[in-house]
Amino acid sequence: MSTGTTTTGAGATTGANDNYLTCDRGIRSWLLTLDHKRIGLMYMVVILASFFLGGLFAVLLRTELINPGPTLLAEEERAWDFYNHMFTLHGAVMVFMFIIPGIPAILGNFVLPLMLGARDVAFPRLNLMSFYLWLIGGAFFVWVLLSGVIEVWLGIDLPGGGGLDTGWTFYTPYSTTTSSAVVPALLGAFTLGFSSILTGVNFIASIHMLRPEGMRWFRMPLMLWALYGTSVIQVLATPVLGITLLLLVAERVLGVGIFDPSLGGDPVLFQHFFWFYSHPAVYIMILPAMGIISELISVFSRKHIFGYKFIAFSSIAIALLGFLVWGHHMFTSGQSALANAIFSLLTFSVSIPSAIKVFNWLATLYRGSIWLATPLLYALGFILLFALGGLTGLFLGALATDIHFHDTYFIVAHFHYVMMGSTLFAFIGGMYYWWPKMFGKMYSELWGRISAVVVFIGFNLTFFVQFVAGSQGMPRRYANYADAYTVYHQISTIGSYVLAVGLVMVGFNWLHALVRGRTAPANPWGGNTLEWHCPSPPPHHNFSRPQRVGDPYEFRRWRFDPEIDGYVRVEGDPVAPAPEPAPAGTTDS
Amino acid sequence: MPPSVIAVLAQLPDTFWMPPSASSYSGDVDRVFYLILWICALMFALVAALMTIFVVRYRRREGKAPPPAPSFGTALEITWTVIPTLVVIVIFYFGFRTFLDMATPPPNAYDIQVTAFKWGWAFGYPNGHVDNRLHVPLDRPVRLVLRSEDVIHSLYVPAFRVKKDVVPGRYNTIWFQATKAGEFDLFCTEYCGTKHSDMATVVVVQEPREFERWLDDAGNWAEKLPPAEAGRKLWEIRGCKQCHTLDGSSRIGPSFLAIWGKERPLSDGSTVLVDENYVRESILDPSTRIAAGYENVMPTYRGRLKDSEITALIEFIKSLAPAPAEAGTPTGGGEDGQR
Repeated sequence: MSTGTTTTGAGATTGANDNYLTCDRGIRSWLLTLDHKRIGLMYMVVILASFFLGGLFAVLLRTELINPGPTLLAEEERAWDFYNHMFTLHGAVMVFMFIIPGIPAILGNFVLPLMLGARDVAFPRLNLMSFYLWLIGGAFFVWVLLSGVIEVWLGIDLPGGGGLDTGWTFYTPYSTTTSSAVVPALLGAFTLGFSSILTGVNFIASIHMLRPEGMRWFRMPLMLWALYGTSVIQVLATPVLGITLLLLVAERVLGVGIFDPSLGGDPVLFQHFFWFYSHPAVYIMILPAMGIISELISVFSRKHIFGYKFIAFSSIAIALLGFLVWGHHMFTSGQSALANAIFSLLTFSVSIPSAIKVFNWLATLYRGSIWLATPLLYALGFILLFALGGLTGLFLGALATDIHFHDTYFIVAHFHYVMMGSTLFAFIGGMYYWWPKMFGKMYSELWGRISAVVVFIGFNLTFFVQFVAGSQGMPRRYANYADAYTVYHQISTIGSYVLAVGLVMVGFNWLHALVRGRTAPANPWGGNTLEWHCPSPPPHHNFSRPQRVGDPYEFRRWRFDPEIDGYVRVEGDPVAPAPEPAPAGTTDS
Repeated sequence: MPPSVIAVLAQLPDTFWMPPSASSYSGDVDRVFYLILWICALMFALVAALMTIFVVRYRRREGKAPPPAPSFGTALEITWTVIPTLVVIVIFYFGFRTFLDMATPPPNAYDIQVTAFKWGWAFGYPNGHVDNRLHVPLDRPVRLVLRSEDVIHSLYVPAFRVKKDVVPGRYNTIWFQATKAGEFDLFCTEYCGTKHSDMATVVVVQEPREFERWLDDAGNWAEKLPPAEAGRKLWEIRGCKQCHTLDGSSRIGPSFLAIWGKERPLSDGSTVLVDENYVRESILDPSTRIAAGYENVMPTYRGRLKDSEITALIEFIKSLAPAPAEAGTPTGGGEDGQR
């Protein structure tokens, strides 16, 4: 770093022509861009659109379930088919098009090169190709699924339609015998998988090759460790899904007997193949979320992250152990008691690194200087919901209780706590955290906090009661149910409306920030990872000179400057901490 | 906060979480459940309490520097690695021990053959009787041998804490010993298509003597009734009802109303006269000739219906035709049953 009282990061009002949003104009400059930041934003648009679609169908599903019997359509069979197509769409779109790509493709693309002090990812062209593979696969996938819902709803036929009514899991032999459009849907998912693999390759190469001077492996921000672990899983596990889906196509199209017992195959083999990918995929969904939380907790406590190495290693441990537990999805399938016992034991081993992370985050809060800004509210929400989601996993890892809970609403509640309560909360928290960096605009802190509380209440109202419904024996994927379960479903449906309102408020807050938000300083939070060392929004090439880094969680060189409502870096003796003023950004504009 | 959480949990009714327990091992399963529940409640209370205390106590205050604090502690890290490890080993052990009991049927168990199909259940008894409700004797171990006609289903009785997938191409088995007389829900818990959520029936637990009497009577009820009446009962209990209505409305299969003796268009464009042989073939080899406008989804009933039962069903369908005077006249069939 050069000398002077303030250096990098001070330029809160860097020339507007220079930033990556305005350096180049026209639709071509976006569609053909190789800039990781622009690709991240393009992902943001399409992935948030997918989230909206999946969320819309979640609300429709909950509405169908507000009473037993058909609700949305009058006729029973059509109502059930409608429901089956809708829950498949909700699950498949949320898993393949929101939770898996969400954090890596949007936030990972945007911040990974910045955190590395690099100009871009290692392979910018490959990055753009990932995006287009995603776009092609996603458009295809959504059309197949959505057209099926519309066809059942209106009783018409659409070109290239057919829909999918197998659930996102494609279990055989249902998927090889149903009349819905399984093969086109599989090809869509296959293409999305390739996008995921290429992003993983790109991130691994970037982290290995592009680290700046001074960034040893154990000086990396924990977000990078998390993205690294995620990428390893993406590269190793996703090809198995690709092969499995191709085998399914071979069986449906060519009649090769692999999974269908009437052709000499074994339907449970499909479940082994499928979960060999899809269980690690669960960790593709949660690891990057944990990375975000590590950043948020540390920055908003203005305290060095506690137990850095343990958090970093636990990411890798989760990534590796996650490959060994797929059999816990099949405790009731008829696999041997021995296999069940081994998978049960291995499953419990994954809970240890998760527990280590939670305790280290709590220890980071201890004696910190905690600023309850919106991103931290989401991080705290994450800790609570992840704790609940993780702890309820203990019931499912234990064999005796899993037999009772398997394929009931208990499972539905459990994975929504982990996938949605945890990953979505981290995603929203991360979006708020990096929003000023991405767009150079501040969001409304007041509305950010109010909506965070609404989302938290709505989420728990929707899903906690599902633990109870599941314990009582309510099976999942039911369009219709016994009267005894009505009260649980009604509470859950009301909760889902509250949750939807909260999420719409979040969306409005972001849009409002884009249009009316006040100009963001380079470092509104006092973070010390490299993205906060460059202006907001970053220039096209990120950094004008090579970076040198020290400890990413050493915050003492950053002082709050009320004039720019952000932090500036000061040279001098970092050991003597100055009094910390309460940031002015806590009130609303 | 933690004391209030505990107080609330302690006041919940016994059946707030788990449903009434009615099998020999359901009490053991519940004990494992409550063990884990209390561990979870304590751990969650700990996390939530620490978080709340830290956030309140160490909130950012104007003009006050954050006190220096350590960023690493080996003793702490070891503590919160070792304690959870021990806890999960205990949970694994209890879960596994009870599971072994659940997975090992006693040698003297009473066998019932279970067939799952889209969308119903058939429970076969040693005397040849097949029922759509699962009757079992009280206080006697019962072993179910599960097989599927089509896709994967899963048999689940919440009150017994028992569940197993019904996988085509293999036999899965489960056992339980009912400890309470009465009726209990039985669900399908593996998604199997349109009417997955309607694939429910009940387990009827009877005193052994009562069970024996029921079984003796049940075995030959069909012979005691006039064929058409027996056919109606078979339609009700053997799964026909799920797809074939009697009022002319079209569901997954064509309605039985007024189809007898008419020409029916087929999916390949030809037509067929609905007579004894066509009905028999549709029951035994349903995929040979598909009525136009319907999917090929019906499972075969070969081996599941006796000849006398097929005859009864034929008589039943015959009885649903219009009065004999009209039935003789050619009406150019096929206008019914289509959407």
